[in-house]
Amino acid sequence: MATMGSVQAPVEASIATSKAAIRAAKSAARHSALVRVTHWITTLCFMALLVTGMEIVISHPRFYWGETGNVLTTPLFQLPIPSSRALVKTGYGYVMPDQNGWSRYLHFEAAWVAVLTGLLYAIYGFFTGHFWKNLSPGRGDLSWRTLSAEIVNHLRFKRPSEAEAWSYNTLQRLSYLFVIFILFPLVIWTGLALSPAFDSAFPAAVTSLGGRQSARTIHFFVSLALTLFLLVHVVMIFLAGFKSRMGAMITGRVNAGRLAGDKEST
Amino acid sequence: MTDLSRRKLIIGGIAATAGVAGLGVAARLAEKYGLVPPDHGGIFGIGETLTYASQRLLTRHSLAREFSRSQISQRPFPNELAPLGDEFNRLQAGGFADWRLTVDGMVDRPASFSLEQIKSYPLRSQITEVVCEEGWSYVAEWHGVPLSHVLDLVGVQPQARYVVYYSIQPDWWESMDMADALHPQTFLTYGMNGDELPVGNGGPLRMRVPRQLGYKNVKFITHLTVTDSMKKFGQGLGSASPEAGYAWYAGI
Repeated sequence: MATMGSVQAPVEASIATSKAAIRAAKSAARHSALVRVTHWITTLCFMALLVTGMEIVISHPRFYWGETGNVLTTPLFQLPIPSSRALVKTGYGYVMPDQNGWSRYLHFEAAWVAVLTGLLYAIYGFFTGHFWKNLSPGRGDLSWRTLSAEIVNHLRFKRPSEAEAWSYNTLQRLSYLFVIFILFPLVIWTGLALSPAFDSAFPAAVTSLGGRQSARTIHFFVSLALTLFLLVHVVMIFLAGFKSRMGAMITGRVNAGRLAGDKEST
Repeated sequence: MTDLSRRKLIIGGIAATAGVAGLGVAARLAEKYGLVPPDHGGIFGIGETLTYASQRLLTRHSLAREFSRSQISQRPFPNELAPLGDEFNRLQAGGFADWRLTVDGMVDRPASFSLEQIKSYPLRSQITEVVCEEGWSYVAEWHGVPLSHVLDLVGVQPQARYVVYYSIQPDWWESMDMADALHPQTFLTYGMNGDELPVGNGGPLRMRVPRQLGYKNVKFITHLTVTDSMKKFGQGLGSASPEAGYAWYAGI
């Protein structure tokens, strides 16, 4: 009950005294309950959206630019995969089973849950100062010297210091902000632009993107970018220490034992 | 238990009760105002209901995008067709002179129209996009009569909530709510791009619902039934689409 409303440990203070604090307390607060719950709901929704999105794409793995496009027009590009429709010439000698029915039902249901969860998270983030405190980079952190040093550390797969269990580094903050404020809004917008009924009420949603097929193509590339983020995100968690990072996102606390365990296993 | 946690517990309890009561009231209101689709059951029902309800609130009277003549697709893709059967072939051999559209159900004057009669009603045209759930699309100019004109002729009774429409292909039947049925762009079309409607594109008579996906735009229409409930039609899910796993409402 008492932990429900608790926010993160003060970042600066905890970095300085983290070792002592960890030894003393064995564990300390890291992620608030709302951040954790919305994180995992979003994870679940994203997996559903990704799988069903791929199922929908294979029914027409061709992409176009502009308003219209179909098998009689020249595509911008075609994915080198088999299709679930015989009408699409793929070069493969077989047609995949049609999974669009349940895929579409689940795609839109997961989209609803993801959007409502994101809305809750955004309201929380603005009102509690979560974005400001935990995600916006410090002023000095955006200097070229600091950034290049961090990029080099990342490219060398250098393990983060123990202090980073308590706070995000600058590259991490920038990529989270990019996903939250650029990629997610863009994937929602381009998704809505594919709804003929939504477009009837808000035609600018699709005309400003250059037409329906452009919106579909952008939707595909933004989904690809989000998938790339997910892959890097998971790899980074393994590099930083799977037990402590997963433990923190599940229990909300950084556990000294898990942090030490991660250190030994690498 | 401290004062603080007791207060939290009480507030939480009140919030939860209000939430459950609110959901109950919302469900009643949604049903009353026609915001619940026939395929609202099952694990995907919540998502479908959210989509349908929010779009009915936002888009009841909005018009599908219309395009200029220069944007008409050079090659409107007709999609694949299952064999149309002996009855269709016989009617086609006769130039569709014997094609009938019967209208029944909750109407004051059930009727059967010939194509010639339908074509004698005021002709309307729209340049709109056909959007397939698979992802492809084309723009064409469609000529026909607004469905609302035909519904006015037969006199729809006030309790009507859906119009069920049937193709000559027995597996194809759909339904739409009155918001779409009376929508000014919902047409019974018999012409395309200044010509007769080709059989591949649904000729001689195709339902055009431009605010919904292609599969709601059923080809070869022969029969309309006006009803207040979809429960007695097929499996009661609204149309053949949900029975095949696809959403009844396809405005997305």
